[in-house]
Amino acid sequence: MRKRNLVIWLSILVALVLQIVPLPSQVDVYRPDWVLVVLAYWSMALPHRVNVGVAFLTGVAMDVLVGTTLGIHSLGLSLSVYILAANYQRLRNYSVWQQAIIIGLMSSLYHLMTFWVQHLLTDIYFQVDYLWPVLTSMVLWPWVFWLLRRTRRQFSIS
Amino acid sequence: MDTIFTRGPSLNIRLTLALVLSVTLIFVDHKLDGFKSTRVYLNSLMSPLQYIANLPGLLLSESAQRLTSQEQLLAENQKLNNQLLLMSEKLQQFDVISKENAQLRELLQAPVRETSRKMVAELMAVDKNPYSQQVVINKGAIDGVYLSQPVLDDKGVVGQVMEVGSTNSRVLLIADVTHAIPVRSLRNDIRFIATGSGALNELFLEHVPHSVDIQEGDTLISSGLGNVFPEGYPVAKVTQVVRDESRPFARVIVKPLANLDRLRHLLLLWQNKPDEDESEPEVDDVIDNEEKASDA
Repeated sequence: MRKRNLVIWLSILVALVLQIVPLPSQVDVYRPDWVLVVLAYWSMALPHRVNVGVAFLTGVAMDVLVGTTLGIHSLGLSLSVYILAANYQRLRNYSVWQQAIIIGLMSSLYHLMTFWVQHLLTDIYFQVDYLWPVLTSMVLWPWVFWLLRRTRRQFSIS
Repeated sequence: MDTIFTRGPSLNIRLTLALVLSVTLIFVDHKLDGFKSTRVYLNSLMSPLQYIANLPGLLLSESAQRLTSQEQLLAENQKLNNQLLLMSEKLQQFDVISKENAQLRELLQAPVRETSRKMVAELMAVDKNPYSQQVVINKGAIDGVYLSQPVLDDKGVVGQVMEVGSTNSRVLLIADVTHAIPVRSLRNDIRFIATGSGALNELFLEHVPHSVDIQEGDTLISSGLGNVFPEGYPVAKVTQVVRDESRPFARVIVKPLANLDRLRHLLLLWQNKPDEDESEPEVDDVIDNEEKASDA
């Protein structure tokens, strides 16, 4: 029981680290939303374990790591994860590619949410570059899905 | 163990809670600045993750250093030696001049400028939030870093400390949209306020009348007003002056002198403030914010 929870938290921690690993600025624009993708998997696979609460906590951790105003990422993540966790039964029946499109939608919602909130707080302008992660997250989804499903079965987390 | 009793509150209630909490967090953090002390603990709590994230880059640069050839090292050594010679020649003059300056100031009965404590910090290039320009450095509260401490590099002013953790701290660059720095022109001492544009190689000068004598190529140095940045450090160079009479103010674009996109070693300054209390920087912050608000 403890060990299984540990695996979930460990995967989220790894995602957080990947989210902040320094990259050259040419590649950095394309950095996928590791945290969102991992949370999306868990909230679809185990919606009773990982849902809005975990997303909120992860979002606060992310705010601290990235240095934004506290609450911005937690807002975006909890909303996206809520949509996924509320529709998990339907989403599970989709093929991986259809799920990837849903992930893309969630990712764009997440990015637009964080942009809007920060636009209200400070005067930043929108650049199309901000939406590159949507595409890369969609590409990333099948791989993360496969990897996390193997992990979940390995440790028989349910 | 997925029974109806272990589920807890429904998803909708959880969402409402999370949203309300998030909005409260945003409000308290941004408008009331209520997490100043909590942030130190949160940052310290999260710093292991940052160190882990920084590890691959560290290993890479370290192995790159090990693999540099002897010729490269010799060439670099030669270059540094030449630089040292030039610098020490300048320093000889500087010693004399600074003594002379102190004497003159004493004659004028102006307060003699004191040298302040300095510390070299290294960049832990960790985060890249697209909406703001910040870097993380490897010195924190343990080393005596304090809030809104000025940070320089070898070319000019870089920014100020915005969050202090126990072993690392976050620096807000002068190019961030929320940052403003009081400057003055080296040529004719006219005062300006340089605000960040969000792009690393551009700052704007705010509220510059058309008639002001400012030219492309002018160097701007920190004016020391506002008590955050010490006086006299180079900040930026004017790259473009657009005097469009249909607009209320001239549009002046300046380029930061510090290499904000390739920072590695940074200099932290401790200011000797004999007769000012601690709350001064906060007041300055508020003024900056108000100015931004009136711009928007």
